[in-house]
Amino acid sequence: MALSSAEIQRIAHLARIEITPAEAVDVRAKLDSIFDLIGRMRAVDTAGIVPMSHAQDVTLPLREDIVTETDRRELYQSVSPAVQNGLYLVPKVIE
Amino acid sequence: MSWEVVIGLETHTQLSTRSKIFSGASTAFGAPPNTQASAVDIALPGVTINKRSVFARKNYFYPDLPKGYQISQYEIPVVQGGSITITTKDGVKTVRLTRAHLEEDAGKSLHEGLSQAASAMTGIDLNRAGTPLLEIVSEPDMRSAEEAIAYAKTLHTLVRWIGICDGNMQEGNFRCDANVSVRKAGDAKLGTRCEIKNVNSFRFLQHAIEFEVRRQIQVVEDGGTVEQETRLYDPDLDETRSMRTKEDAQDYRYFPDPDLPPLVIDEAWIERVKADLPELPVAMKARFEKEYLLLPEDATALTSTRATGDYFQQTLAELAGIPNVPYLSQSPDVANAKSVANWVINELGAFLNNHQTDIENSPVSPAQLAQLIAHTGPFKGTISHKVAKDVLAAMWAGECGGDADAIIVARGLKQISDAGAIGKTVDEVIAANAPIVAEYKAGKEKAFNSLIGKVMTATKGKANPSQVNAILRKKLGA
Repeated sequence: MALSSAEIQRIAHLARIEITPAEAVDVRAKLDSIFDLIGRMRAVDTAGIVPMSHAQDVTLPLREDIVTETDRRELYQSVSPAVQNGLYLVPKVIE
Repeated sequence: MSWEVVIGLETHTQLSTRSKIFSGASTAFGAPPNTQASAVDIALPGVTINKRSVFARKNYFYPDLPKGYQISQYEIPVVQGGSITITTKDGVKTVRLTRAHLEEDAGKSLHEGLSQAASAMTGIDLNRAGTPLLEIVSEPDMRSAEEAIAYAKTLHTLVRWIGICDGNMQEGNFRCDANVSVRKAGDAKLGTRCEIKNVNSFRFLQHAIEFEVRRQIQVVEDGGTVEQETRLYDPDLDETRSMRTKEDAQDYRYFPDPDLPPLVIDEAWIERVKADLPELPVAMKARFEKEYLLLPEDATALTSTRATGDYFQQTLAELAGIPNVPYLSQSPDVANAKSVANWVINELGAFLNNHQTDIENSPVSPAQLAQLIAHTGPFKGTISHKVAKDVLAAMWAGECGGDADAIIVARGLKQISDAGAIGKTVDEVIAANAPIVAEYKAGKEKAFNSLIGKVMTATKGKANPSQVNAILRKKLGA
């Protein structure tokens, strides 16, 4: 299956990635080859097979419900462009 | 035109864990901003996050979601199916559940309280980020705001009962999003729905749904069409309004989270939890109605929380254990239960309500309350109901260590049932109130009640009222 350039732009927008029309041509070719691969895999009969949800056959380890993290706000906020009263500041978002 | 309302609810219940779902940061409410936000919660790059339900990424961009995706469950949630039984004035109804899935909460955005210089900014507090939620999704089985409230309240009771969520709606630990649509009566096809968010009380949920139903009917009757959208409820204006639709907001591009292997809950774990599960509220309510012949409304009140149900049962057991408490009928449990239910719901309930506290914090224990109830009319009859209420007040205040026996002795409240003593007081009252006695003899029944009142006042309310009545009637008739 081939993607249209409009679809390429939409996927880029959803991922908040800025691409130029020239880059879109390149990205489109790469994505098309990935979809070709998926198309070939689709030819395999997978009826009755439970789909994989993870590459490895492992399960999620569980832990005790105890608090182990301490307050490291100062350290984490040292790399933030703007903070006030302990809050991270971001351009205004109004719902 | 007749319209049918269709409602489904999505309820976010914050799980009562100490730590977050994928990090060891605290979930405690009210800490200074970002002091309980670990490297995982704030999604610092490079941090590795180390269950058969599968966690999926729900992708969207918002500043309170630092990773750019929320870890949720999509194709294979932890719970599928199930149902909740609700009771409304129209009877009992079953609301089907679609699913319940685990997910992490996002942070909070604060738009007010920043300095002038930062007025064009939004403040982000990530303390809540990563707090575990169980989102419980119903089928669109509810047909009125009343049914939706009954469902939400039943679910609220249940999650607190089994101890998985504290149900605090003010702190946002139990949040309902309502999916509301209307269709012409008889239509098989569902109408276009709107999702209402931002509802943090049952009353607001009811108002929000009622407003939204009126709005949608108006739109359609005016020849328009309802747009599928998310709407916010504004309690100040009592209306819902459209959230500015986030562009492409519906395209979450879910996919299994490659960092997280499936969550496996084995049979032994399920059996362990089942074995630990208490009797559930619906079952307890049904038992109270069957075993104790309690009225449905009393059984509902006594099973509003697990603590209330436990308190009632403990008081009943304590009362049965007090020596010399006479039983009233062939079914002692039924008679005792009626009395205990009244004391727990009405009398103790009034104190709990006035002091804005819960039954688990009651200064009067079930054993102490049982001791008081044993003194009342149906049992030993040591004190009148009115005096018993005064004794409860003294117990609440901690007088005599909350011991009813000691308070009755210390305050000299024991009911006077001695015919000789009551007869003497009656003689005194008759002698001192000749005009009222004359009125009674002239046929004024009110005058009789006035004389009863004077005898009760003279005995500080301690005289047995039925004995006073009989003795006074006899003496006046003579």
